[in-house]
Amino acid sequence: MSSYSDLKQRADEHWQSLVAGDRPWIRVGAAMCGHAAGASEVLGALRAELAARGAEANVAEVGCLGLCFAEPLVDILRPGSSRLFFDNVAPGDVPALIDGYLLSGAVRGREPLGYLGDAPIDGVPDLNDLPGMRLQERIALRNAGSIAPGDVLQYVANGGYAGLNKALFDMDAGGVIKEVTDSGLRGRGGAAFPTGVKWSFLVRSPGPPKYILCNCEEGDPGAYNDKGILESDPYTLLEGMTIAGYATGASNGFVFIRHGHDGPIVRTEEAIEQAYGAGLLGRNILGSDFSFDVEVSLTGESYVAGEETALMESIEGNRSMPRSRPPFPAAAGVWGKPSNINNVKSLAYAPEIISRGSGWFSSLGVNRSTGTAIICLSGAVRRPGLYEVPMGVTLRQIVDEIGGGVPEGRSLRLLQTGGPLGGVLGADGLDIHLDFEEMSEAGAILGSGGVIVADDTACPVDVTRILVAFCQYESCGKCFPCRLGMTHLLEVVERIANLEGRVSDLGLMETVGQTMQAGSLCGHGQLGFNPIKSALTHFEADFRAHIEEKRCPAGRCPMPKLTPRNMRPFADELRRPAAASAAP
Amino acid sequence: MTSDSDRLRERVRRSLDSQKRPTVTVLSSLLAAHDELGYLPEEAIEEVAAYAEASINDVWGVASFYTNFRFTPPAGRIVEVCWGPTCHLAGATDVLLRVQRELGLTGEGETADNRVTLKYNTCLGACSQAPVMSVDHHLKGRVTAETAGEAVGALMER
Repeated sequence: MSSYSDLKQRADEHWQSLVAGDRPWIRVGAAMCGHAAGASEVLGALRAELAARGAEANVAEVGCLGLCFAEPLVDILRPGSSRLFFDNVAPGDVPALIDGYLLSGAVRGREPLGYLGDAPIDGVPDLNDLPGMRLQERIALRNAGSIAPGDVLQYVANGGYAGLNKALFDMDAGGVIKEVTDSGLRGRGGAAFPTGVKWSFLVRSPGPPKYILCNCEEGDPGAYNDKGILESDPYTLLEGMTIAGYATGASNGFVFIRHGHDGPIVRTEEAIEQAYGAGLLGRNILGSDFSFDVEVSLTGESYVAGEETALMESIEGNRSMPRSRPPFPAAAGVWGKPSNINNVKSLAYAPEIISRGSGWFSSLGVNRSTGTAIICLSGAVRRPGLYEVPMGVTLRQIVDEIGGGVPEGRSLRLLQTGGPLGGVLGADGLDIHLDFEEMSEAGAILGSGGVIVADDTACPVDVTRILVAFCQYESCGKCFPCRLGMTHLLEVVERIANLEGRVSDLGLMETVGQTMQAGSLCGHGQLGFNPIKSALTHFEADFRAHIEEKRCPAGRCPMPKLTPRNMRPFADELRRPAAASAAP
Repeated sequence: MTSDSDRLRERVRRSLDSQKRPTVTVLSSLLAAHDELGYLPEEAIEEVAAYAEASINDVWGVASFYTNFRFTPPAGRIVEVCWGPTCHLAGATDVLLRVQRELGLTGEGETADNRVTLKYNTCLGACSQAPVMSVDHHLKGRVTAETAGEAVGALMER
């Protein structure tokens, strides 16, 4: 028996013992969204109440099912039944859940959100019929919220590593690259470059060593899909990286995560350890002659570290400042060796593309945007969450159908997509389709998949000020047009938001923006003017009211300025105690 | 007799030696020392330089670049408040103002009794639960000025 079928058999037995054993299985959403909503308190209460009753149940921390608005989300699988989901569970609800549903099987008291499984539960909707789920097509997130991220056997039991097994034993490296190229998969980190083509560059480079780098810096405010994948199903990434390693002849992989994002770090390292233990990483993977090692590399807080050449500097232990290109990473990457960089999402698709075929993947989506988009929907919507939808759906479908629209009595004013360097759109942007080309023509980018919604209580000038403050704070300082330009732009935007703007400010910002675009090495400086430019396109009247009439139509400005300014201080200033900021 | 400075060096050296990831660099060493002490005193910079065979200047260069590093001892408890766009739209300004009032601060830094450190954060990673803050690295979502003020007030009373 092959090493994979042996593993699969063990995994299936393990899974059966969980889903069809005689103990109930309780799963609690414990990704960052779950924890922020109080999952650890709920887990504590569950364990204590079960022990107090001498009740036997498996309790597992799982990742994010995507319905962040429902966190803490608890689901109970009673033997022979379906998973029954309870939303917004507080520790005080736990005794009733145990006595009511877990022990007696009666659905009473608290109304469940829905069920998942083959056996319908009376009076409860199928979770997949809920508006938040109906439009979704979950590929990279297929296991999120359903498997324990610390258990590789649960991943294998759900079809995991079938793709790698197929690649290793039924396909040659060229065949894998062709499959990924044919799928039409384009990089999900923002640049939308065809993933298969990128891999083919590394094939031609000499090795060993050659490196596969996975970018989970994800410092964009409003984006949490990379972290969500690592916290919910780190194996789909590890399998994808291993497939990329096999296809390109690479020997080593790094998963690059920001220090302090403990959930994703812990989950990924657990998963790496388990994968080594199961023969899925290391020497002679699954009994083949392919060997591949993966480790986690942590970066300090720096948004620019997510830029591909800055990322390599950070892995080497330096300041994460971008390098000039050429040479491109495939020729000289980390430590000067050939490297390939992909975003978490791009790699996370690879296992399913290989096991289900490029035709299946490319049948999803529209035009040159195939597959799905993984959207982080946040802000003024009823149901913020992490949603995976086929490319080609409209922003309106995401905001209104999935997200439930803006709260009662309010109307949508502004959308911010693709991270702080993306753009802002007005309400007329709702009819744009999720399509890389259509989005960029509209002056927004799909980027990392963040969609932030603002209702009519928000002021577009104020939102722009926050975006510009972020870009100023995160400029790495290498290129002076960006370093000085962002500071200058922030000064001007703050002046306008303070109702002290000058008529000449609009032209001034344009000049600074053009200089930054022309004179900066990386996207941070090149796109740093985007938030202002797009805001002026859609909300010029608001800017003019602030400048010419000294009036904020939304009635919000001026707001207190509480954003930090990064002046890249000298060492002596850093060593001085910060007592000066304490109030008398 | 060992001085405070020697004890710091000893703790830093132990943290550097116990790095478990295979690739060790100036940055990984600084992160390890910072995790151990909560800040980077000159002793840590010197030890990292010796350990990673880099110049003190280069180590300072890396340390002063990443905004998570600090160079003076933090207070015992740490409160972080997110000011990213989603949290801002959801009311982070009111949360921050209230937290500052409770702590007697007008910006980032330590309280007068050195009990609590306040730090602004560009994104705590749980935007779907905005506005978000963290107390001793434990995330709290959907906070209001009131609930944030209570959480911080409780730290000051203890």
